[in-house]
Amino acid sequence: MSTSLSRGRTARASAQRSPLGLLTDWIPRLVLAPSIAVSLFFVYGFMIWTFVLSLTNSRMLPSYDFVGFAQYAQLMVNDRWWVAATNLMVFGGLFVAICLALGAGLAILLDQRIRQEGSLRTIYLYPMALSFIVTGVVWKWLLNPSLGLQAMVRGWGFENFTFDWLVNPDMAVYTLVIAAVWQASGFVMALFLAGLRGIDDSIIKAAQLDGASLPRIYARVVMPCLRPVVFSAVMILSHIAIKSFDLVVALTGGGPGYSTDLPATFMYTHAFTRAQIGLGSASAMLMLGGVLAILIPYLYSELRSRRHG
Amino acid sequence: MDNVIRRRTPGARLARAVLYAVLIVMGLVYLLPLLIMLLTSIKPLDEIGAGTLLALPENPTLAPWITAWGEACTGMRCEGVGGYFWNSFAIVIPAVAISTVVGALNGYALTKWRFRGSELVFALMLFGCFIPFQVVLLPMAQTLGWLGLSSSRAGLVLVHVVFGIAFTTLFFRNFYVAVPSELVSAAKLDGAGFFRIFWRILLPVSAPIIVVSVIWQFTQIWNDFLFGVAFSAHDTQPVTVALNNLVNTSTGVKEYNVNMAAAMIAALPTLVVYVLAGKYFVRGLTAGSVKG
Repeated sequence: MSTSLSRGRTARASAQRSPLGLLTDWIPRLVLAPSIAVSLFFVYGFMIWTFVLSLTNSRMLPSYDFVGFAQYAQLMVNDRWWVAATNLMVFGGLFVAICLALGAGLAILLDQRIRQEGSLRTIYLYPMALSFIVTGVVWKWLLNPSLGLQAMVRGWGFENFTFDWLVNPDMAVYTLVIAAVWQASGFVMALFLAGLRGIDDSIIKAAQLDGASLPRIYARVVMPCLRPVVFSAVMILSHIAIKSFDLVVALTGGGPGYSTDLPATFMYTHAFTRAQIGLGSASAMLMLGGVLAILIPYLYSELRSRRHG
Repeated sequence: MDNVIRRRTPGARLARAVLYAVLIVMGLVYLLPLLIMLLTSIKPLDEIGAGTLLALPENPTLAPWITAWGEACTGMRCEGVGGYFWNSFAIVIPAVAISTVVGALNGYALTKWRFRGSELVFALMLFGCFIPFQVVLLPMAQTLGWLGLSSSRAGLVLVHVVFGIAFTTLFFRNFYVAVPSELVSAAKLDGAGFFRIFWRILLPVSAPIIVVSVIWQFTQIWNDFLFGVAFSAHDTQPVTVALNNLVNTSTGVKEYNVNMAAAMIAALPTLVVYVLAGKYFVRGLTAGSVKG
């Protein structure tokens, strides 16, 4: 009410002061114009551009010989692409599920009036400040069979202890899960803790008066309140999973063989080192499709809650 | 909830002890990789082969750090990661400054000078936060070539600004929405202009969100690898790319202590920022994902 009134008044005031007033009205738009132009060109324009490239038979350099959806058909029969896509499902699914369980668990434990809560929180969250490259380098060292954890546990007297996932093509993808969970679970903890702190104490008090036990209160009263937090966390984590590139490069290099390729590394390898620009573009478009499938419901609910909140 | 716990029956006391034990053990699990990285980086190479991960160094040495900084081979060259460390700063500082200033002005214009379609503009820009960057890599490479910025630090600054603006605009927009508009309206009536109002009214209350934006952008750009590896050459690489090259250079003996020292060097700036300003770091991470 008051804003519309003042907006009307400024409009009138500026109408009297034209052309200077006209300029004043346009300044906000002029300030935004470069960003809008940048966004239209570098985000939307580039998306279309990549789509166009994905319809061509570009190899080493972009060419514009259109071949329709042949590159997508190529992908569908490309064994390496399916390894990458399957890995993303395995890696993404486990990464999201374990981060959620660990993050929620730690947040609930930390919410019990813990002494030194701040220090513990800092410790759980610090990996999130590191580069995935650093994380990859460190875990590559820890998981090195001859000098890392395996050697350490064997040194304690467990001679038959084996933990060689890093060099085992069937298991290497799980090393990505371990390192990524180590890096991101503290962040999920922070999200849940913020959510827990936002819950009205009186609901919990009421449940206690009814004689409910603490675990029961968390399961039946608190967690349902945190549904939006779970939702955001799932969105953010799956987004991290789809974009995972650095971690694979630093930890496994996609190997052994190409057993730990993800779509992000598949795209980079084909577009930049194997001179398969058309195929790489097609894989990038499929990644975009994956992100959109997750993003659209998320944005929809965010905008709706904002309008109602 | 606390009433239940404060009633110190033996059972409750035991539960409490278990609770602390679990939290502390988990803390150690999170800390160990960093600790091992640090321990390994100050051990001579022969101790690494002989001892285990957690063995304390018998003759601690800073030599691996010195090698990592100035002598280790990163691909063809053997000049350590020191130069690349400064490269990262040369890319990060202008990119953070520009994207934060642009984000602040955008957020201000989008909230205090709303116009028909301003929400649409915001939604349009917000989308840039979510795209997988693989979808822009090839056109970006070509565009940088046209602009004469291929493999240059200026090109990387441009890339980081372009794709950072979406985030900084989101931060400032969400922050300025909560700043009361009455003062701004009054100032408009008094004839104050766009920049004057920003300077006098919005900027003085913006310190927290500026810190959030700077820290977010700093960690994002410092930790970037994808753009760095795609758009840089030998002499313009950021430190993350140099670190990866150093670790994967396969000539001679694997110097794990040097690898760990180089990883520490690459990790230190963001770790320092995190320790000094963790609260703001968390706010950046959770911006937009949790209400309030």
